[in-house]
Amino acid sequence: MAGLGSSISETDLDRPSIEEYLAAESIRESSKKLLLRDLLDISPTLKEAAGAIVDDSFTRCFKSNPPEPWNWNIYLFPLWCLGVVIRYGILFPVRVTTLAAGWIVFFAAFFPVHFLLRGHNKWRRKIERKLVEMMCSVFVASWTGVIKYHGPRPSIRPQQVFVANHTSMIDFIILEQMTAFAVIMQKHPGWVGFIQKTILESVGCIWFNRTESKDREIVSRKLREHTQGADNNPLLIFPEGTCVNNHYTVMFKKGAFELGCAVCPVAIKYNRIFVDAFWNSKKQSFTTHLGQLMTSWAVVCDVWYLEPQYIRPGETPIEFAERVRDMISVRAGLKKVPWDGYLKYFRPSPKLIERKYELCQPLQFLVKYKQN
Amino acid sequence: MGNTSSMLTQYDIEEVQEHCNHVFSQQEIVSLYHRFCQLDRNSSGFISGDEFLSVPEFAVNPLSQRLLRMLDGLNFKEFVAFLSAFSPRTSLQHKIEFIFKVYDFDSNGKVTFDDILNVLRDLTGSFMSEQQRQKVLARVLEEAGYTKDSSLVLSDFMKILGNSDLKMEVEVPID
Repeated sequence: MAGLGSSISETDLDRPSIEEYLAAESIRESSKKLLLRDLLDISPTLKEAAGAIVDDSFTRCFKSNPPEPWNWNIYLFPLWCLGVVIRYGILFPVRVTTLAAGWIVFFAAFFPVHFLLRGHNKWRRKIERKLVEMMCSVFVASWTGVIKYHGPRPSIRPQQVFVANHTSMIDFIILEQMTAFAVIMQKHPGWVGFIQKTILESVGCIWFNRTESKDREIVSRKLREHTQGADNNPLLIFPEGTCVNNHYTVMFKKGAFELGCAVCPVAIKYNRIFVDAFWNSKKQSFTTHLGQLMTSWAVVCDVWYLEPQYIRPGETPIEFAERVRDMISVRAGLKKVPWDGYLKYFRPSPKLIERKYELCQPLQFLVKYKQN
Repeated sequence: MGNTSSMLTQYDIEEVQEHCNHVFSQQEIVSLYHRFCQLDRNSSGFISGDEFLSVPEFAVNPLSQRLLRMLDGLNFKEFVAFLSAFSPRTSLQHKIEFIFKVYDFDSNGKVTFDDILNVLRDLTGSFMSEQQRQKVLARVLEEAGYTKDSSLVLSDFMKILGNSDLKMEVEVPID
């Protein structure tokens, strides 16, 4: 298969730059003359294009593989039907009732506390935090979540952020169940947006909007402010910027890694035998996704809290991000892919395309020829 | 083989295989079909330019716009025929013919100085000035026995690229 697209740091290290070629006058190596056939031969570039058409590492990150049907014969099929009846007829109603009951209790407690304890902020926040944690536990119970946490539990200290790989919005719920994190999220429409605005405010939330270009600087500033506040909940960031299918990780955005504080990696791996927890936001709404989870047997996953990392002297934020991504990928058994998750929503920037010219073989040959 | 079903029958596979001169095995054709369906998000029966460009590895390729013109509106059978130029089992002639088609933008069977210049511009972008490109191209053409005004036909391409080692192969992953 044709090679994977190179990341920007790879092109810097591997290939000499065009400027070097153009500047050096002493390039007279094997004065191989440029022949017409070399100039017309565009096969390497075509090969790369065809390779991308046939298979590419980026699309693979967002592919949800449907489970193999196992109910295809005479005795397995009735068993499967029985399973469906149990899942949809018994488990689902029980789960929905539990969830509804949980919501009622939550709102009954949350709104009074929110308005009545206006003056006593410290108490109010403590109770709201506990309520949110409880609500997340109810959510997890509603999909029969079997979650194994490994490693030391996060502690509430200033100057630290948590980063995790992202598969679905339920990642947040699973982690929130254990510790009340503050979170940074994309603004969503519908009932999710309503919850974002009312409840998540209480644990501390930062909003961003992918479609706004100046958004990044504003968000950077808010992140910095949050980590410096001693009283704020620890911030949870998903540096991939989008949901990936839990077999791969895309490149981490450097925003979380240039705040000058400790970065605590968290790795999450879902067990696909029970249900595929990948939320393909282009294919299904969050409600459908939840419905799918609630009609499956269970959601089984492992969560690893890894050792806090600090930026090393001489390390750039991008290198730091890659190092942490490496740790998380190894721990959760995910493959790394050198693409930016935002390419799901936007076309590659002209800068990225420019870089590709440098790697173009005919160009390198042509430039060499200029010296002859 | 309508655009509604996502199942290929044996008859469909054989038809596609026939159309691409048997350079792909049946397994590869099934794989390519899965890939085609994956790229054709709105199940319209063909992959639109936008859907191709959503593959970042393709979008950053300097020749993507040219190839998009060739790929526009192809159904699955034609898609496989397009990719057949990249199979290890294809003849060198077929590969050269493909390259010729990439250069021959207006499909009139002739590749002129300007046609080659256009491809060169796609590949080199702002790294070479227009004069540099024209100078290099004119010089190279002259040395090969052509002039600025010659137009090359397919047989010229066969002669020029005929005994070079064209490494233009792509492996189709079999799921």
